Order: sequence, then C-alpha cells, then structure tokens
Amino acid sequence: MSKLVQLNPNQPGPKYWRSLGELYNKPEFRAWVDQEFAGGAAEAMDHGSRRTVLKVMAASFGLAGLTACRRPEEKILPLSRGVEGQIPGKAEYYASQVTFSGVSTGVLVETYDGRPTKIEGNDKHPTSFGATNALTQASVLNLYDPDRSKTPLNKGRDSSWKALQDGVKALGLGDGTGVAVLSELVNSPSLDAMRKSVLAKYPKAKWVEWEPVAYPGPQAGAMLAFGQAVETLPQYDKAKVILSLDYDFLGIDSPSILPTKQFADGRRIGEHAESMNRLYIVEGQFSLTGATADHRLRMKVSEVKSFAMQLAEAFGVLPSGLNVLGNTDKKTKFLNALVKDLKANTGAALVVAGPRQPAVVHAIAHLINGALNAPVTYAASPAAAADPVAAIKQLTADINSGAVSTLVILGGNPAFSAPADLRFADAIGKVRTSIHLGLDVDETAKIATWHVPQAHALECWGDGRAIDGTISIQQPMIAPLYGGKSAIELVDMIFNGNANPKGGDLVKNYWMAQLPGDKENSWRTAIHDGIVAGSAAAAIKPAASAERIRAAAASEPKPTGQGMEVSFYPSATCYDGRFANNGWMQECPDPMTKIVWGNAALLSPKTMRDKNLENNDLIKLTVSGQSLTLPVMVQPGMADNAVWLNLGYGRKEVGRVGEGVGFNAYAVRTTNGYWVAEGASVEKDGGTFKVSTTQEWNSMTEPQLPIGTPKTRPIVREATIEEYKKNPKFAEEMVEHPPLESLYPEWAYDKGFQWGMAIDLNACTGCNSCIIACQAENNIPIVGKNEVMRGREMHWIRLDRYYTGSEDDPQAVTQPVNCMQCENAPCENVCPVAATVHSPEGLNDMAYNRCVGTRYCANNCPYKVRRFNFLNWHKNITEVEKMVHNPDVTVRMRGIMEKCTYCTQRISRKKIEIKADARRENKPVVLKDGELQTACQQVCPADAIEFGNILDPESRVAKLKKQERNYAMLAELNVKPRTTYLAKLRNPNPELA
Amino acid sequence: MAAHNNSAANHPLLEVNPPLVLGGQSYHDVTESVSSISEGKTPKQWYILISITASITVMLFGMLAYLVANGIGVWGNNAPVYWAWDITNFVFWIGIGHAGTLISAILFLFRQKWRTSINRSAEAMTLFAVACAMIFPLFHTGRPWRAAYWLGPTPNPDLVMWQNFRSPLMWDVFAVSTYATVSALFWYVGLVPDLATLRDRARGIRQRIFHIASLGWRGSARHWRNYEMAYLILAGISTPLVLSVHTIVSFDFATSVLPGWHTTIFPPYFVAGAIFSGFACVLTLLIIARWALNLEHLITLKHLENMNKVILVTGWVVGLAYGTEFFIAWYSGNPYEQFVFINRAFGPYAWAYWTMISCNVISPNFFWFKKLRNSIPVMFVLSLVVNVGMWFERFVIIATSLHRDFLPSSWGYFQPTYVDICTFIGTIGLFLTLFLLFCRFLPIIAISEVKGVLAEQRNPGPGVVATSKVVDPKFEPVPVAVGTTEGSGH
Repeated sequence: MSKLVQLNPNQPGPKYWRSLGELYNKPEFRAWVDQEFAGGAAEAMDHGSRRTVLKVMAASFGLAGLTACRRPEEKILPLSRGVEGQIPGKAEYYASQVTFSGVSTGVLVETYDGRPTKIEGNDKHPTSFGATNALTQASVLNLYDPDRSKTPLNKGRDSSWKALQDGVKALGLGDGTGVAVLSELVNSPSLDAMRKSVLAKYPKAKWVEWEPVAYPGPQAGAMLAFGQAVETLPQYDKAKVILSLDYDFLGIDSPSILPTKQFADGRRIGEHAESMNRLYIVEGQFSLTGATADHRLRMKVSEVKSFAMQLAEAFGVLPSGLNVLGNTDKKTKFLNALVKDLKANTGAALVVAGPRQPAVVHAIAHLINGALNAPVTYAASPAAAADPVAAIKQLTADINSGAVSTLVILGGNPAFSAPADLRFADAIGKVRTSIHLGLDVDETAKIATWHVPQAHALECWGDGRAIDGTISIQQPMIAPLYGGKSAIELVDMIFNGNANPKGGDLVKNYWMAQLPGDKENSWRTAIHDGIVAGSAAAAIKPAASAERIRAAAASEPKPTGQGMEVSFYPSATCYDGRFANNGWMQECPDPMTKIVWGNAALLSPKTMRDKNLENNDLIKLTVSGQSLTLPVMVQPGMADNAVWLNLGYGRKEVGRVGEGVGFNAYAVRTTNGYWVAEGASVEKDGGTFKVSTTQEWNSMTEPQLPIGTPKTRPIVREATIEEYKKNPKFAEEMVEHPPLESLYPEWAYDKGFQWGMAIDLNACTGCNSCIIACQAENNIPIVGKNEVMRGREMHWIRLDRYYTGSEDDPQAVTQPVNCMQCENAPCENVCPVAATVHSPEGLNDMAYNRCVGTRYCANNCPYKVRRFNFLNWHKNITEVEKMVHNPDVTVRMRGIMEKCTYCTQRISRKKIEIKADARRENKPVVLKDGELQTACQQVCPADAIEFGNILDPESRVAKLKKQERNYAMLAELNVKPRTTYLAKLRNPNPELA
Repeated sequence: MAAHNNSAANHPLLEVNPPLVLGGQSYHDVTESVSSISEGKTPKQWYILISITASITVMLFGMLAYLVANGIGVWGNNAPVYWAWDITNFVFWIGIGHAGTLISAILFLFRQKWRTSINRSAEAMTLFAVACAMIFPLFHTGRPWRAAYWLGPTPNPDLVMWQNFRSPLMWDVFAVSTYATVSALFWYVGLVPDLATLRDRARGIRQRIFHIASLGWRGSARHWRNYEMAYLILAGISTPLVLSVHTIVSFDFATSVLPGWHTTIFPPYFVAGAIFSGFACVLTLLIIARWALNLEHLITLKHLENMNKVILVTGWVVGLAYGTEFFIAWYSGNPYEQFVFINRAFGPYAWAYWTMISCNVISPNFFWFKKLRNSIPVMFVLSLVVNVGMWFERFVIIATSLHRDFLPSSWGYFQPTYVDICTFIGTIGLFLTLFLLFCRFLPIIAISEVKGVLAEQRNPGPGVVATSKVVDPKFEPVPVAVGTTEGSGH
C-alpha cells in the first residue's frame, strides 16, 4: 500500500517550502494563532452558569469585531518544480520511529502534502509487523496540540531564541563541574554518542537517565541471573504453556505489539483445535493479560515474589522454606497443576516476570526458563543502565548539597513526576541555571530558568533502538511547527556552543561513520525501510547462576502480607502524563475499567465492602507519609487489600484538554514504594466525585431484579477447548430461533465486491489500538468528560468488556463492536429522509448531507453503534488541530448521525486504483486479498480483525466466516450482519476445572 | 339526595337521562350567555392569566431558539436514550388532541347529543394540543432547518430524491398533518353559524372581522342544509382519523426491533390511551371554564359525568393493555422482551412505572362511585392525575425500553436538563395561551348546536314529562357539589 519516499531536507538548491507547517511557522501567523485562540474552553459545550454564558457571549461579540479586521495575510507559494512522486491529495508514507520509555517502535507515517495525519506500524520492523498500539498512534495528535510550547521561556515568561542562545553562552561550563544532565532513558545511538563526547569534553559533568516509567527490576534481574545486561525476548508464539508473574505483556507493561502478535499466533486455532496455547497469570490488578488468561490467581503484587520462590522450589532450583506466606487451597492447587503443566511442556513452556517485580523474581524466571528449555532468546543489551530511581535520588541529593549549578533536563516533566519524597520541584529551584526541554509548558517548564520548546518526534531527526536491538532512523515529516529543538540539538547547542544545531547533520554524520560499505546508499536505505539493516542484536546464550539467585532470594525482604498495598501502573491512556493534553487518549476508555477523563483508586469488591465504600466515594490514601484524596471504583478480580493507581493524571500545567483531569498518583509515589508500596491506609474522606465511564453495566448477566432469574445473554460466546471439540458449532447453536425468513424478496448480494468482516474474539486482547486507529482515520471528535457521562462519546468502534463468574474472582472478555453493516438493516427503513441506505456492495451507507437527525436509526440499532452529534464537537477546535484531519473523510456537523463505514474512503480509493490498473493493463478488475484493510484491521497487533470481499472464497475473511466458531451477534433478529464473530475459546487445565 | 327528591319524583327517565341544558333557557338566553363572554369588557383576571401563560410561551420560544442554536445536546437525550422528553411530549400532546375529534366526529355520528356543549372547546383544545405536539417532531431533529422541508412530500431539490416512505416517521408527518388540517376545517365549519351570530351582534372592526370570518352566512335554509351536509361529511372523514393518528404514532414504536416497542398491541392501546388522556384534559379545562365563565347551565354535571364514564372505561382499557404486554412478554419466551418488562417494573425507572400504574390504572376506579363521579373537586383532581399518568406512560414506553436494550455494554440512564423541563412547561404555556385567547374571542360553546338540543328538550320523545315545566324564566345555578338533576320545577 505504501510508496516510500525519501525526504532529505539537507538537499542543496532552492529552498522549497515542504509543508503548511513551514508556512505556519512564520511569526505573523503564529501571532495570529495566539491571538485568535488564546485559552478557550476544553469542552465543546460545558453548561456553564448564566454569568459564564453572558461573559462568553460578550467576548464573542467583541472578538467577532476583532477578527473581522484581522484577516491573516496569506501567501501562496507554488511549487515551481514538482516534487518527484508527489500527487497533491494523495497520501505518502514515510518510515520513522516513536520511542516510549527507552523502547523504539518502527512506524510508517501517513502524510498529505507534507502534513502527517496518521501513524501506522512499519511492516518491515521486527517488533511492529505493521501494527501499532494506541499510544503510538495518538502521538500524532500531540504534534498538533494547540497548547504546545511555542517559544523559549525565561523564568516562566516568554523569551526568544536569541536570548536563550545568549543565556546558554553565558553558562560557563568549564570542566563540567556542577553540570548535570537529566535525560529520559536514552535509546538513541546518536544521542548516546553525543553523550560520550560531551562527557569526554566535560569530564566532571554528570548525566542521569530517569523516566517515571522506568523499571529497575528486569535489568537487575538479568544482572543477578547472568551477571550481564541482557534483553529478554520471550517467543510467545512458540510456547504452549505460559506463566506470567504479574506481567501484563499484552497491555501496558511492555511494548505490547510484538508479544500480542506472537501470543495471538500461539492462541489462534484454525480448523483444528490442537494448537492453542494455555496462559496462567498471577497478578494483583486485573490486567488485559489477566482477562485473556485461562487461569488467573489474584494476589497482592508484593506477594508474587513468594509465589515465584515457591515455584522455584517446586522446580528444585531454589531451596525450600523461603516462602513465609500461608497457602490457601486454591493457591496450592493452582501451583501444583501449573508446575505439572509446565514440566509436561518442557521446551514449549515459558515463564515471564513483570517489570514491577524485584530482581529476584526475574532471576527466578530466567532460572526456570533455563530448566524448561523455554522458547526465549536473549540479546546483549548495549550497556547496563544505572537504576533510574537510585539515579534521580542521587541527583536530588547532589542538588540539595549545592553540588549542581547547571541542570539540563532533556525532556520529561520531573517536577511533576519525580518521586514525591524527593521534592524535585524544590530542588530545581536551588540550581543556579536550569534548562528544560519539553513539548509543553508543563510543571517543570514553569519553574526552570530556561524552557526550550522541544521538537516532536515527527518534526526532527533521530534514531532509536527497539527491544530486540533493531535501530530505526527517525525522519521529520514536517518542519518544526514552533521551531522546537530535539534533545541532540539542545545538547549540541549547550555543550558544543553550536548556536544553530542541525539535528539532521548530527544524526546523519553519526550513521555515516557507523554504516558499512556504500554509506550514502545504506543511509538512504535505512531511512527508506525504517530500519538499519542487520542492527538487531545478536542472540546470546547466557547461563544463569543459581548460586547468586539463591543468595539473593534468601536475603529478599519478605512481604508482610499485612495492611494495604498500593501499586502504580502507567495509565493505558495518559501513560506517564505525556498524553494528558491529548484528547484522543483522554477519551479512550481504560481497557479494563472503561474509565475516561480521569483515574480512580481501584479496589477489590471485598475491600470496598470491608471499608464500607461505594463507587465514586472520595478516600484519603496515605502511603509512605504522603497522602492523596481521590475517588474509588470497584475493580472485580483485584487482589484484596490492594489499591491500583494509574499514573499520569492530575496534571496542573498542561493545557486546555488535560488540566485538572484526574488525580495525581505521583503525589504518593516515593523512591521506596516506586512501583509497589506496602503499609498504605485507606480512609473514607467524605464526599464523592463522579468518575466517568463509557460502560455502566459490566456483565452479560441480567441485573438482579425481584422477579425473574438472571440470564446470561449470548453476546460474547465462549467455550472451553474441550467443549469446542465436542461441539464445534456451539456458538451458532447457543441461540434457538425460528427460521429467519422475510416476507419480502431479499436482495441477493451476489455480484461484485461484497464487503464483510470477521472478528476473532479468541485473538482480541482489548488493547484499544483499533479505537485510536479509527479515531485518527475517520476524524472522530472528542466530546469531553461531561458529555461522556451523558453517554455521548463518538467512537465508531468500541471495546465492550464483560465479566463472567463471581464478582471477587471473575473472568473477563472483550469484544470489539463496530457497525455490523446489516444486510437487513433496521436503521435503514426507519429513516424518513433515506439518509442511511444500502449500497450494492453490502455497505450500510450514511449520507451525512441528507441526515436531519431524527435519531430513529440509533434507537432501532440493536448494537447501538450509531453516534449522534448532539452538539458541535468541532466548535472550539483550533486551526492547528485541524491539520490532523484525514482529508479523505468529511468532518461531521452537529445534528447528524454517524457510524462506522468499513472505512469507505479506503474502499473507494482502492477500487479506483485497481480499476485504473486493470484498464492500463487491459485485465479484469481484481482485488488481492489483504491489499485493502480497514484502519482497525491494519493496526490490530493480534490480527483479530479480518476484512475483505466475502464473495472471494480464497479471502481470509471468507475462510474465517466458514469456521465453525463463526456466529452473528443477535442473528435472531434477522438483521443479517456482515460483521460476524468467531467465538472465544479458553484452554483450561483439566486439573483445575 | 333527600334535598332533591322533587326531581326524582317527576319522572324516572329524567333521572337516567337528565336534561342537557338547565335553568329553562330560551334561545336568546343561550346566545346571550355565550356571546357575552367575548363581547363584554375583558376581565382583569384574564389579563393576569394570559400574562402568565404568555410569559411561559415566550420561555418556550427562548428554549427552542437555544436548542436550534446549540443542538440536541442541550437536552438530556443521550446514547442509548436517543428519544426522551421530546417524543414523550409529542405523543402526550397528540393524545390530548384525540378527545376533540372523538367528541366532534364519532359522538356526532352516534347522535350523542350531550356532546354539543363541549365539542367546540374540545375541538379547540385538539387544535392547540396538535400545535404543541407538532413542535416536537420538527425541533427534536438535529437539523430542523432541513427537516422542515425535507420531510415534506416533495422530492428534495438538492439530492433529487424522495423521502423514505417505509419510515413510520414519514407516515407520522402525513398522519399528523392530515389530522391537524381536518380538525381545523371541522372546527371552522362548526364555527361559521356562531361567527355569524357574533357578527350580527358586533359593531365596527369586530363586525368586519367576523363578517369575513363567517363567510357570508345568513342562516338561510339552504345554508343550513349545506352546512349540515358539510359537517356530516367532515365528521365522516374525521372518524377514521381518530383511530389512524395514534395508530400511526404507535407505529413509530411498534415497527422497530426494540424490545418493549416491538408489539402489535400498540395501535389499540395508544388510541385508548389517547382518548383517556384527551377526555381528562377536556375535563380539566371545562371544569375551570364553566366556573369562570358562568356556564354551569350549559356544561352540566351530566356532561362531566359522561366524560368520567369514558375515562373509567378507557382507563380499564389501558390497564388491560399493560397487563397484556406483561403476559405476552412471558408467553413469547423472548428473553429480551421479558427483561424489558421486568426492568420496567423493578429497574431504575420503576418509580416512573409505578407512577403510571397508580395514575392510570388505580385512580380512575374512583369513578365507579356515582358520588365521586359527580363531585367536581374529585373529578378535577383525578383529571389532572390521569394526565400526569398518561405523560408517564409515554415516558415509560420510550425511556425504559431504550435505556436497556440488547447489549448491556450500551445501557444508560436518562436525566432531563432544565431545557427539557422548560420546553415542556413552555408547551403547556402555549396551550393555555391559545385556549385563553379562544375563550376571550370566540364562542366557546356551539351556540347553534345547543339550540338544537334545546329544541329537542322542548319536544322530547314519548314518555317524558311535558316540556312546559322545564321552561323556567329564572335561572338557578347548579350547586357545585352534588345533585345531577337540579333543574327545578319538574
């Protein structure tokens, strides 16, 4: 689908403007944007008080007059020579990379006329395979964040680049004494090389790596086990039995794309059911991995290490007696069955440990994997990074002792996210000169001496290392909108005195020195492909030292098992807080809790009862001497006496979207209880705070009403593998209904293309990627917290999550639901103006222009997938935010209905292409299966969604629909949905039945 | 009844079928008492009342302007409750309108003479209720500026296409607009002789206006003949409309796939409900009007009692319908259907359901007792209660079915905003304003028809006591509390 084009901004010759962004970068335009959109309401329409309404009205009248006499001066610059391969209005794809917490993922960026609009996975990248996750995709919206920092700040006030350069020159770095750099985790080889040269030039300077989402455990565990830094690469696809020790590898705990892909491959069954893997998990919170698991044992996060030691004991790799916790029957049974199952599958059994777990748990996992000959590859890690938590602790101590006079903060927001006990914000104030590089004017930017606008990853050159060592070059798609600098450029500017650093040269020069052979050619190939060929780290076979692990296990502090435990998780939506001003992510429901626009303390049902708490009650949570007041929500399946807190919310200095959304979990996160803190207390604080969720009812079982017994609705259909073998057609036979016949002759739908979709519930992990992909592809607006609470969110595809089983220890399932494109669509016959009609290709088309908004179609939609523009959701959108829109898709006005179209714009584009090809080559029109993908299908890391022509018997979708697990949800209504589901299977251990 | 034994003593038939005009009225008396209402000096109370109702109407227009300016989001409608108070109010007002046509047309064809005193105001009420109702189908759309003409029966000029004639909303447009047109015609035709009466009594500008409005009526035998024929034809046309309008309104729900809506019982159930609420509303208004305008001799307790009987019967019909819905839900074996009804009675909206049951099924049973049926305060309170109940019936059908349908992931709850509430109150203001204007400027009782009844009363059928005794020059108002046949001197 992609024609990769190289982009080299350093080409000699006349300077053509590449993008609107370059134009927009002109100071006049920026001044106008600032004037036009100073501040503004975060939500499309917050029902304010009468006074507010009057104020806003008065202001709008005033501004109406102002804008009338302030038309922007527009300059039209034609491209005097055409850019090769560029067709205006046609998307181009460039390879690049996006880094999160020191791990790079290869991406392809869709750009229209020099304007990046969507991030896809790079199919050449070994950890992407063409898929991405929600956060990576949403980062394109950060580029167009209207609240991005636009100019350098001096002591919180607007300054200029000139003043910054003067200020930097005046620093007087000497031999580096008193100079400290605090960077995010460095995974960029060019920045790493720059660091080495800086430290050589200023030998006394210090460079500290820290990020709020940085885990000391895995590397320390590798050091403990192998005595060297090692990247662990589990091969989930080759494992038959997998045990996760508190590791949400399908969710937020890892760059989940590759694990999801491999896991789904190991779980997927074709016509025969033998191949399906089995997943056990031991965890505290209820993660996506826990929802997918066949067996789940809940326990406090701090107790998992005891479990790991017991397991090691059972394998005979550690001595007995290390465990001090009592065993419940359930735990013993679970452990025995697990050990037997793992041993029975030697060579195809795998134990993985979660990053929150201490070193010893990781080491034990390595040890057992060794004993099991598990499908794991190890790769040498470039250098063992120091424990980031210890590093920032030391840095703070240095600052407080007066040893640091110049502090350079390269990205991140430590004033907000550093451990609360360090009081890092105060420490910044003690430094003579602090320079902060950041995308937003955030908490740190406000207090630093200098704040430097950072270039977004789509605006600057760079590089990054993926988990397997593969290097991707990051190339800019657009000139920096606000003249921001990348980290490497700022370092060059400060330490090399380069007033006008060129990131492109810095990165290229580094790689020209590294690349073998025809350097220019290799460089261009690397940019084009998105990966540096042969850069993946070589596999090594390190040997684990049982001796060292034994010693460490013996000295590992025992969990008390008493009191309340708090564990912290990067939010699946805001991550560490960097997405706080990103509307897509704020409105993207948390995969398990379905909370949007905020966070809450999550407690198990029993703990809620014990503490006499109800949903939305405010509690005072005290941990390690710090306290925080926030609302609680019940999370079925959580460990008892444990609190699950999501990081990244409660930002104060962030912009119009994220300001004051949620509660700041960093306030109770200390260096001692960095990921898990014991001895917390939870007290009712009085009062309530309404947490908004997109899904009010969580079970398919009907609520308990005085009459009528609860029935389970056959919506998500699930069976064990044994039941499936007995009756492969269980899903279809779950519902009895009369013959589905119509009074009227039905349309045959037997010609041309007939589009259909099949969703394999056995593969879907509920990771949210499809939601954001759809949002980006289809220009779906966000509505704000209050509107979500009124049930007005706009997502065209949603992930329904249901619990089954007991409230304390349930299983969970997720189900993507988009428009089913019913052949016999109930929405169509009720529309009085025929605004929704059927296409001959089986699509349920929406004619937005025709819609008058009676909402009858939505009432009559049994799947409730239609979305109504209750208000003008685009009212307060700024010019710069409009740049993210997909030009192929209409932006819908208020008062009309919208819904999933199966990405009709992609269908049309592809049809035009293949028809043109057919005419050119004088051949029949043929659509190759897989060359047309919907946005949700394209990003799905689990390949759970297949789409295509169902009349083509060779297409994957047609084959999936032929599988016996295939069922149509609510088929009994005779609506004939084109989207069907493949029933979910679980593979429980018969011994644990 | 001891105090009134004289009436009972006279003739048993009079007890059963008391006279419809009391106080021994002559033709002139009737003309005088009806016409004088619009001819006299406007009472201060009228000004006070209309200033209140007109203010509320202005609030309605303000709310509608706010709605159009901002979108449906200013209401509480949400996903999955895409329809809420808007369609509730629409069905409520359309239902109210039903009594007018029923009284005018069906009772006319069945020669129910007791309709004469109340048909004019009931028809006016129909028109005003339909006016209130028609606000909602238009303004509840997301883009009313388009809906206003794209729903009309013309091919759309922009897209060159016709409407979707399969949509019940399209049928609604035709049903309601036909109903409004025919009701207006019927009402106007009935008004013509009375407008001429007013014309003959008026001077100056009033005379000129009534001159035009009365279409040259001279009261000739030929006029009367044509008039009677036109009236009969219109009554014939209107009669099916009484059944069709609410039947079609009920199709909005019945043709959907939604459990709780998808039921074949809806057409008769809705029609009965409409008559039920319509009569209750006529009752409310007439109790006030006959008291305020001194029309107790024309709108007698017999009229009121008859209406109470209709309320009792239709109340039972809707009660039976509620029960049938539950039975069918159980009998069908459809789990979604069963859930909707159990959820209706015991779920989050149980309060609304039991309000509906108390008001519509329990409260009309007081009318089993003749004493209560003839008590003005009791019937006034009950008429209000029934209207509250019928509003809730529509709310229960719409909101409880929508808020929890097939997929539990998409369940929700509806709460009205102040705009919802003020819009509804606003329509009540509009309704009352129109009614007050009607009372002030037009004959609120069909003078010519009452005279016809008077004539019959003077020459009743065989077996009735001589008419001369009925005629009594002295008018005695009817005591309010009890006594049906207070007419003296039998």
